[in-house]
Amino acid sequence: ALEVKFVSDEEVLKHIADDTGMKLRKGKAQPSVSVKRFVKKLENISGDEAQEILEEKDYVAALGICAQDPIGNGSSVSGGEVYSFKTPKHSSRLAELASELAQTPGQSVAPDHSKCPNKTAKAPQSSRNYMFLLLMHLFSLLLQNKKKEFVSTTPYRLRKRLTAPDPYLESESEYSASCSEEEDEEDEKGDNTVLSGQKTPAKMKAASTLPPGNTPAKKNKENKMSNLVEEYFEAHSSSKVLTSDRTLQKLRRRRLSQQTLHDLLKKAPLAYAAEIKELNQLHESLYSKWMLQLHLGFNIVLYGLGSKRDLLEKFRTSLLQDSVHLVVNGYFPSITVRSILNSITEEVLDHIGTFRSPLDQLDFIIERFKEDSSLELYVLIHNLDSQMLRGERSQQILAQLSSLPSIYLIASVDHINAPLMWDQAKLSLYNWLWYETTTFSPYVEETSYENSLLVQRSGSLALSSLTHVLRSLTLNARGIFRLLAQYQLENKDNPSYPGLSFQDFYQQCREAFLVNSDLTLRAQLTEFRDHKLIRTKRGADGVEYLLIPVDDSTLTDFLEKEDEDV
Amino acid sequence: GCFVFKPSPKKRRVSQKTAIHFREGKNDSEDSELRFDTCQSLWNQIKLETEQIQEDLNKQLLDNLVSFLRRSHSEFQGKTTEWTCRMKSREIPTAALVLGVNVTDHDLTFRNLSEALQNNITPYIALLEAKDCPGIKNLMQKLMGQLMNCSTDVVSLEDEDYVQVSQNRTRCSMKSLVDWYDSVTKKTDSETLSKKRTSSSKHQQSPPVVVIFKDMESFTTKVLQDFIVIGSQHIRELPLVLIFGIATSPMIIHSLLPHSVSSLLCIELFQSLSCKEHLSTIIDKLLLTSRFPFKLGEKVLQVLINIFLYHDFSVWNFIKGFQLCIVEHFYSEPLSVLCCQLADAKKRVNSLSHDQCENIRRLPSFRRYVERQEAEKQIALLTADSFLKETTQKLLEDLHVYHENYVSVLRCLHVFACSLPKYPLGKQIRELHCACLENRVWETEEYESSLQLARMLNKSDLETMLQQCVEILVSSSGNKFDKAVEKLKEFLTQFQKLEEAFQEQDVSVSSQKELQKKTDLYHLQKTLLELKDSRRSKKLTKFEMLRFEVVDYIDSLVRSYLVPADHKTLHEIVYFNTASVLRGHLNAAPRIALHTALNNPYSYLKNQALKSDGGSISNKAPDICIVYKLHLECGRLINLVDWLEAFSTVVTAVEGANADAASSDQVDDIIHARFIRAVSELELLGFIKPSKQKTDHVARLTWGGC
Repeated sequence: ALEVKFVSDEEVLKHIADDTGMKLRKGKAQPSVSVKRFVKKLENISGDEAQEILEEKDYVAALGICAQDPIGNGSSVSGGEVYSFKTPKHSSRLAELASELAQTPGQSVAPDHSKCPNKTAKAPQSSRNYMFLLLMHLFSLLLQNKKKEFVSTTPYRLRKRLTAPDPYLESESEYSASCSEEEDEEDEKGDNTVLSGQKTPAKMKAASTLPPGNTPAKKNKENKMSNLVEEYFEAHSSSKVLTSDRTLQKLRRRRLSQQTLHDLLKKAPLAYAAEIKELNQLHESLYSKWMLQLHLGFNIVLYGLGSKRDLLEKFRTSLLQDSVHLVVNGYFPSITVRSILNSITEEVLDHIGTFRSPLDQLDFIIERFKEDSSLELYVLIHNLDSQMLRGERSQQILAQLSSLPSIYLIASVDHINAPLMWDQAKLSLYNWLWYETTTFSPYVEETSYENSLLVQRSGSLALSSLTHVLRSLTLNARGIFRLLAQYQLENKDNPSYPGLSFQDFYQQCREAFLVNSDLTLRAQLTEFRDHKLIRTKRGADGVEYLLIPVDDSTLTDFLEKEDEDV
Repeated sequence: GCFVFKPSPKKRRVSQKTAIHFREGKNDSEDSELRFDTCQSLWNQIKLETEQIQEDLNKQLLDNLVSFLRRSHSEFQGKTTEWTCRMKSREIPTAALVLGVNVTDHDLTFRNLSEALQNNITPYIALLEAKDCPGIKNLMQKLMGQLMNCSTDVVSLEDEDYVQVSQNRTRCSMKSLVDWYDSVTKKTDSETLSKKRTSSSKHQQSPPVVVIFKDMESFTTKVLQDFIVIGSQHIRELPLVLIFGIATSPMIIHSLLPHSVSSLLCIELFQSLSCKEHLSTIIDKLLLTSRFPFKLGEKVLQVLINIFLYHDFSVWNFIKGFQLCIVEHFYSEPLSVLCCQLADAKKRVNSLSHDQCENIRRLPSFRRYVERQEAEKQIALLTADSFLKETTQKLLEDLHVYHENYVSVLRCLHVFACSLPKYPLGKQIRELHCACLENRVWETEEYESSLQLARMLNKSDLETMLQQCVEILVSSSGNKFDKAVEKLKEFLTQFQKLEEAFQEQDVSVSSQKELQKKTDLYHLQKTLLELKDSRRSKKLTKFEMLRFEVVDYIDSLVRSYLVPADHKTLHEIVYFNTASVLRGHLNAAPRIALHTALNNPYSYLKNQALKSDGGSISNKAPDICIVYKLHLECGRLINLVDWLEAFSTVVTAVEGANADAASSDQVDDIIHARFIRAVSELELLGFIKPSKQKTDHVARLTWGGC
């Protein structure tokens, strides 16, 4: 029963003004309450906030999310907590939290008392504030346009709010690390962060150089809340980011190769193996239920933290041995829907021949499965949400496959935004039954393909391809490439090295008697480009720059090898 | 990345019966086979019923459409050469079918539609979906493929070689389509002329070609425009009719197509039943009936309705959820073997095993029942299986009777509730049903206020309601309502009598007034005061008395028949109540699960070391949790070196006690490796991604808690 009625602008303004009044008052009342709260460690929510949380609970209950989960109390987290905005941090928060975590072995983190109650209390408010702020923005815009009309009717508080510079915007300068001390001093009142200052391990340089601060001024918290939206856009609009400039290269340790990483991880014992095993057993007890539900026309999707590969693998080996099944490693970087369809047509249906498009292929498969009702196929997809499969068209095809009554699909998803892949139409085709299978087991296989930032790329592949291609070229061509490589290596310490400009390169090549005209050089370069040996890039001045897209160490190796050959 | 595993051919034909999996889960009961059969038959029955309902609901719509199609090309048959007709004949007759936002349900409607058309109008129907038609070429291809195939269905019996012709779809142009149409119609014409077959005469002489666009909104405008323009060019050779499936509003046609194109269409609007009404009918026919033994508990029903109202408006999904409930119930409840028609159930009770009897004794509702009995009976119930079976039969019958009565009385109450202002008990019967299932409805405030409102109803309303109630009770299958019907009828006659009495009273009052006219001011004042007093403590008029009586009677009916189901003994057998399971499967929240696992690993890994209070995590938590927690403290970009250092601080502090200084280098490497693993796991989960803005930095992809 939604009611719509006309409300005049004045009334709306008045309403908002009242609201701000209340908010401000609330804000004022807050500090004393909060201090008490931390000292006594009482119930972590003051009266009106508790009310709000209760209201939210009502709402959540109405949506039907409140009941306890059979496994853990996992589902009792409300949406507000998950999606809440958060104030930006001191640049030093990372180090601080680390030291906090470090100095309280074995038990829960003490300083979190200061942070967490606030956080929980904050969550439900934020969404409301967000809405409220949007409204405020709208009206401030409106006011600017129609100032003359409105000034007389605008209540005092609102005017003040609009004209006075934001108190928080000033305190925003906390990023510059210099003025944050002031705030910190104020806050230390009832807090046990003093402890952390004393106990900070001397080893941790970063932490000790910083004041034993804690979360940004609590006093301002309520005010800050109201600026969350600005904060969000501020944090995301400016390209300038305040982080330290340290790089991994300066670190003593070198990048690890995939192999050594693997070996090292083998040495490290898996934490909580017993508990993880227990979890897995819990999930394994559901296997026969999965089978039942698959046969009744549902498809199953697994979600939750931890690799679900072993779980599915065990399901496969224990229940699917006697039936035709297809395992798809979605995390494999070169997997495509085409290859999935191909393996169905070629290996399951024993069809020889090609198809014009995946859609045709799909039609063929659907046709075959409809004709032959004895045909059954189990499809297991690890990481349905992987880079290669998450596209709209791939999902559409997979959904249509899965909607066939004799194809049973069981898949796992990991990405936090995985459900966004599916719209209503696809969801109804998939006909999912969701199963939460949090395993906590490490994603060994799934992450091994990823070009992780910290893992050194071995470059052996690039090197061999380089030598292979070059070997088939003429002597002159090789010389040309050599010249470019050497020049690039000479400039390897220059971080802003744009590449060798074409004119310079031509000059050098002429001097070395490698080419006689700029046309021959261009022909040569085209050949290189076709083999992806070089990349050209136009600089700001319109000059063409040439670059070899291989990292320096590989290039050095390559040159050494060349020298040996000659 | 794809691997196909085929079992050796010997093993291959092992019958993979679904029933096996049903049994494997619970190896406790010998009834599982029976249970599974019951479950399947119940589901099939329900499925049939829902399809029937759908068909009935769409009947009106389909009839309208069919008659529209009959009309649409009557000129074409007549081959009139009138000038107006020729002008008009550039327009393609179009039916805009507004179906509502629940796109997923439309399939069934379209299937019914094409069936109906096939039977009545034309064999030439093409169903097009936007995803198959990215360009006009694909559209034509698809169209011709479907048309020519469906024509072969008709003709293929006569000559086989025609199939080959139609299969050969090299040139997909309107021209070839027209040629095809000519040849086909000529053929059928000659056939009908020569053979005079009655069977083919159910179609008109030259049946129209119907093209259905299932999801008109998702088509690219270019494709639609082109098709319409081309179609209108050939309208005189090819009697084309378009049907647009529209999910939003008919305005979309005009916003999608420019005027020049939409003017080529002659649009008629058809509105299908709204999904909410559809759901009401489904609930009415499936849940509020004693035909099906299986019932949904309050929470479960609430979950299903919420998913419908807040998520998809899809009736089909609602039914799927209902199916899941049935399966879950029969799978998890061993006593659900008794969840069948009463006669069968009684038979099955007799053949229950001892274990099953024990199961009955364990039911909470049954234990409550036992406690209410006398001591001897208690012993008998708990020890003697035969006596237990007897009692169970009786109780099952009670339950059955309760259901029969419940539905009728609920409907009666609904008659009252839905006519009260502001609907304190809800407008829909499903809301009332939920309220009654939840707890004693007569103890709620809403009920109280609605009774109050009911006491203020006027006479004519009250009479019609009573009339309706009588009808409901008379038509109900429970035969216990004879007395109630009599009573209500009595009320009705009393109301009638009242009318006559009232008129007499009216006269007497006016005469009284006449008398008082001659008094002076003092007396007037006095009488007015008296009148005021008397109004306060006024004796109720006869009508009011009667109204009170009626409301009280309805109240007594409610109190005796609308007892919530979980107060009934043995309700566990037929009611499915585990809403959390249902919600977990249908309306999962993957992000919340991740959030919990990362923030509070103790909820999954029951290790004391991980136990912590209020949102914080222990520093002994799994690596990924610590790394996650640390990354929460950063802004948009994260420096990997800082992150690594922070991580190693935490980890070394935990292991500090047992790690020797000598091997610290190796430890460092291991920590480094663990860090790498945790970071790449976070990347896989979508919390961070590599960034090129600054060396050795990653970008955060989430803002806030998760």
